[in-house]
Amino acid sequence: MKYAAPTTVDEARSLLADNPGSRVFAGATDLIPQMRSGRPEPAVLVDLKRIDQLMAVSHGEGKWTIGAATPTADLTRNGAFSGMFPGISEGAGLIGSDQIQNRSSLGGNLCNGSPAADSVPALIAADARAVIASSDGTRTVAVAEVVTGPGQTSLADDEFIVEFEIDDAPANTGDAYLRMIPRTEMDIAVVGAAVRLTMDGDTVTDASVVLGAVAPTAVRVPDAEAALVGSRLDDDTLAAVSAAASAACNPIDDKRGTIEYRTQVAGVLAKRAAVIAADRAQNGA
Amino acid sequence: MTATEHPPAYKYVGTRPIRHDGYDKVIGKARFAADLNLPGQLHGAIHRSPHAHAKILSIDTSAAEAMPGVKVVVTGDDFPALDPKNPNFDLAANIIARGVAYYHGHAIAAVAANTKPEAQAAAAAIKVEYELLPAVLSIDESMADGAPLVNETNHTKFVPPGEPSNLSTITNLDRGDVDDALAAADVVIEREFDCAHVHQGYIEPHACVVDTGPDGKTSVWCSSQGHFRVRSMTADVLGWDKSRVKVTPAEIGGGFGGKTTVYLEPLAARLSEKAGKPVKMVMSREEVLRATGPAPEAKMKIKIGATNDGELTAIDGWMAYGVGAFGDMAGLIGAMSVASYKFPNLRMETYTALTNTPKSAAYRAPSAPHAAFAIESVVDEVALELGMDPIELRLKNAAVEGDLTAMGMPHPRVGLVECLEALKASDHYNSEVPEGAARGVAVGFWFNIGEESSATVNLNEDGTATVLTGSPDIGGSRASMALMAAERLGIDVYSITPVVADTEAVGFTDVTEGSRATFATGKAVVQACDMIIDELKKRAASIMSVDVDQVAWVDGAAVSAGHGGGEGGEPLTLAAITAQAKRTGGPLTATASLNAAGAGPSFAVHCADISVDEETGVVSVLRYTAVQDAGTAIHPSYVEGQFQGGSVQGIGWALNEEYIYNADGVMDNASFLDYRIPVASDLPLIETIIVEVPNPAHPYGVRGVGETGIVPPMATIANAINAATGVRMTSLPMSPPKLLSALNKRSK
Amino acid sequence: MSLGKEMSLKKMSRTHVNCTINGDEVDFLTTDATSLLDALRDEVGLTGAKEGCGTGDCGACSVLVDGRIQCSCLIFAPEAEGRHITTVEGMADGEHLHPLQQTFLEGAALQCGICTPGFLLAAKALLDENPAPTETEIRYGLAGNLCRCTGYDKIIRAVQEAAVQLKGA
Repeated sequence: MKYAAPTTVDEARSLLADNPGSRVFAGATDLIPQMRSGRPEPAVLVDLKRIDQLMAVSHGEGKWTIGAATPTADLTRNGAFSGMFPGISEGAGLIGSDQIQNRSSLGGNLCNGSPAADSVPALIAADARAVIASSDGTRTVAVAEVVTGPGQTSLADDEFIVEFEIDDAPANTGDAYLRMIPRTEMDIAVVGAAVRLTMDGDTVTDASVVLGAVAPTAVRVPDAEAALVGSRLDDDTLAAVSAAASAACNPIDDKRGTIEYRTQVAGVLAKRAAVIAADRAQNGA
Repeated sequence: MTATEHPPAYKYVGTRPIRHDGYDKVIGKARFAADLNLPGQLHGAIHRSPHAHAKILSIDTSAAEAMPGVKVVVTGDDFPALDPKNPNFDLAANIIARGVAYYHGHAIAAVAANTKPEAQAAAAAIKVEYELLPAVLSIDESMADGAPLVNETNHTKFVPPGEPSNLSTITNLDRGDVDDALAAADVVIEREFDCAHVHQGYIEPHACVVDTGPDGKTSVWCSSQGHFRVRSMTADVLGWDKSRVKVTPAEIGGGFGGKTTVYLEPLAARLSEKAGKPVKMVMSREEVLRATGPAPEAKMKIKIGATNDGELTAIDGWMAYGVGAFGDMAGLIGAMSVASYKFPNLRMETYTALTNTPKSAAYRAPSAPHAAFAIESVVDEVALELGMDPIELRLKNAAVEGDLTAMGMPHPRVGLVECLEALKASDHYNSEVPEGAARGVAVGFWFNIGEESSATVNLNEDGTATVLTGSPDIGGSRASMALMAAERLGIDVYSITPVVADTEAVGFTDVTEGSRATFATGKAVVQACDMIIDELKKRAASIMSVDVDQVAWVDGAAVSAGHGGGEGGEPLTLAAITAQAKRTGGPLTATASLNAAGAGPSFAVHCADISVDEETGVVSVLRYTAVQDAGTAIHPSYVEGQFQGGSVQGIGWALNEEYIYNADGVMDNASFLDYRIPVASDLPLIETIIVEVPNPAHPYGVRGVGETGIVPPMATIANAINAATGVRMTSLPMSPPKLLSALNKRSK
Repeated sequence: MSLGKEMSLKKMSRTHVNCTINGDEVDFLTTDATSLLDALRDEVGLTGAKEGCGTGDCGACSVLVDGRIQCSCLIFAPEAEGRHITTVEGMADGEHLHPLQQTFLEGAALQCGICTPGFLLAAKALLDENPAPTETEIRYGLAGNLCRCTGYDKIIRAVQEAAVQLKGA
């Protein structure tokens, strides 16, 4: 296995094109444990962290642009970004310890393909887009379309994500991400729930509800969104959100949680995240 | 905070100096086993069984041997067949399989190669043919009629030899008339409990470097709680004389009982012998979890009867411990740990059962936490039923000197009442339970042990001293040895260098286990100091030209009324005497060796305030206090550290730690990601109250404090959960899915 | 620092890495699959960083890379090229211990000591960024470091004490 550290997107592109079986990485926080547990080594490890574009966070023209390899710590420490998207920031900030936060990235968290990825539900709730470099240029797809199943993505072998684009949140919009883990830190989400709401006074005018760790990929919950829009988040609405979230679950039993537990707690977290998102929409983060 | 009965006026004992080995540990210089390298060393790796129970039909090492860098491969055939009566028979079979793999992860073969990646690749290339055997994976399966045998070499201990069995011990204790007492009781509570396997979770994986020379002499550097035991186990497994093996203890990165046995050293010794080069072996975390000893799993049924005024009149208990694939005495020790209350009528039936899982190892007060979880939970139910304060109920029934343990041994002077009183008087217990929270308390007991220890005190020419012991320091014991020596000799604690010496530099010393180091080895240190003081007085008498019986040792100096004038005489300091050692008879050195009698049991009482998120089943520990009888705290900071560390291990055991096996007996969560030991953000500060009821069998009253702290937390938390929710949790861990499921059932 | 085609054809060659470790310019040879942790321990001879898990779950291997706390077991050794790395061996200023080292010693914040190097560096990173953390901030800031001996109590107190001393300095 060889290590390569290209400094431009084009250089990375040609490395991938010329060396079949190569693999890009940013923080390697998933890759190295996977290699240690027996996953085959790639022919060439392509380190994306020396490409400036992939390590930058910028704002302009009504959107945020986040380099795919940027450490999530840079995102959570970015006050302007975290102020506009507290839910994305808190999801990104839950990926492991401070040690991990200085390595983990939105691109890696997404492309690892785990249904439990903490940064993904809130990105989907914000309709974030991934700008993907391939051998013949770039293409832009919704984040929701990147992961197709556990460990599976829609990216071709020679493609990688360059950056994410997130349109500025409309006025009176708030988002929130909650996850259930048995400890307070250092665990993989047993259930994750992101909610983004736009409010007019105390009435919800737009809603996104996305769950993690309860299905092969992160899932949107249209029934919960429908229950929220037009509501004032009264108890009946929250009960409907809970029920819709639980109904949207298609989880597995594993060492981290049972089907029964994940299904029930998804409803709890969706409801709680909605309350937090509404508060942020009305009062700011 | 310390609650001392009669504080004696000590100068050094009870103070908090910076530990002597501390500097090296904060600058990265302390040498742990994996930090050591020898010139020309090879690296070892192990091929492990992919099956929970299988006959080994053949092992083909040819491909591995042909791989780059590979020097030597060993299998079970490279080790002698031990007599089944050899105390290390099971150990030898656990270290490397001979014909049968008894659990997933059991070592089948080992490789030494130039680099670790080469050794790992070669280990993976070893081909083994297996015939699958039925795997027994639970206590119930193990104890069922007609159950398949876990291990055909296992026979029940302490009974006349019979057929092979899945039971290693059967213990029946009986006193009074339990049936009559239960029939007459005003309140009878009965509950069933179970506990999953948990691991000691030391952060340092097992590691060693072993060099076997052409003369057969073997040097071992390793991470161990007892290097003399490493010597005897390594020699036994290889069929060698013990004098061939020298073991030097490296700094040890946590043990908690788990490093009282060996896994790697005999393999590395044989690899080194065959290769003619030193061999280094270091386990991965996954190997630690899959192939080293967890604490047993257990199932328990406890019935307690009480009168309306709170007398606990009878206990009827059934406890079975699942210890993995080799014999053990966990059930017997579990019975020994039942000792907190008077219980005039007692029946305790215990079993040690085998399953096709890794061989259990000691873990801090082994077997006691399980029993205490069950008994202290039922005692809590009795208090609730009677409407009594849980401390008052326990005070009314607390064992005192002369009361019998379940085994029928009378307690020596013990401090349970004092611990309960200290908690009752504490700020925590007298504070209001926070809004939305609830409080639980529970008691823990551990008997502690004595065993054999040696110590040598060498006085240096300048009046400083070196104290050599054979007790690996797993939590500050070197500082305690120095403090006791300083107190005895009357010289400054920093002028003493405490050393953990190798097996050829100090007399035989048992393992640092059973909370025995500060007690037993401390006793040997004090005895060696007393011997050297006698010699110092002789030397002083000759310098002063007085009779030795006119010389007293006071504050680090010899004084005699007849010397130098004045009422007490002109003192002759230790340094003044050592300076003249050559002239007065040569070096000043003394060695004491003993088998320490009179280990003092240590009781603890814990108190927790917790809250429960009833929608997710998550428990938050808001406040925690550990009260424990130390006898005398030699270095209070490290005594508190033992209370706090034990408490937090227990909190982890209570809430999240467990081995999760799949249907094939493969551990599903063999990583620190999914074997969830507590992290800093899970916890509050752990308040401590050191109770000091001195142990009369130790010169400074030491009881030993290492283990008891892990005994009360599980019931403490369970009792608090019950207070918060009305749900009695009887299965460990009380993890969010289990608690939420119980809460769901409550509301239905 | 890019890999040309001709280089990618070489098998098993070792990479020459130049970096700064504890203020000293250092170079070492490594295979590309080697972790920075193994390179520090086996090639550079700095054994202060420990392997407790090899998967980023325990923090015993923590080092500072360009001032940021990271698990050296999760870094490929060639990534260190041009970076500034601080290990526990580089925390003291000559004979003067870092205040954290001193408060850990005085507060008995270590028992076995295997996790101590990682805790010291993680605490340093925490205090460098947040000189006056609350107890909760310290606990979450150190959640990536496992200690099995102390129950964390004395570690938290030692970090609090060091924060006070550093503020006064």
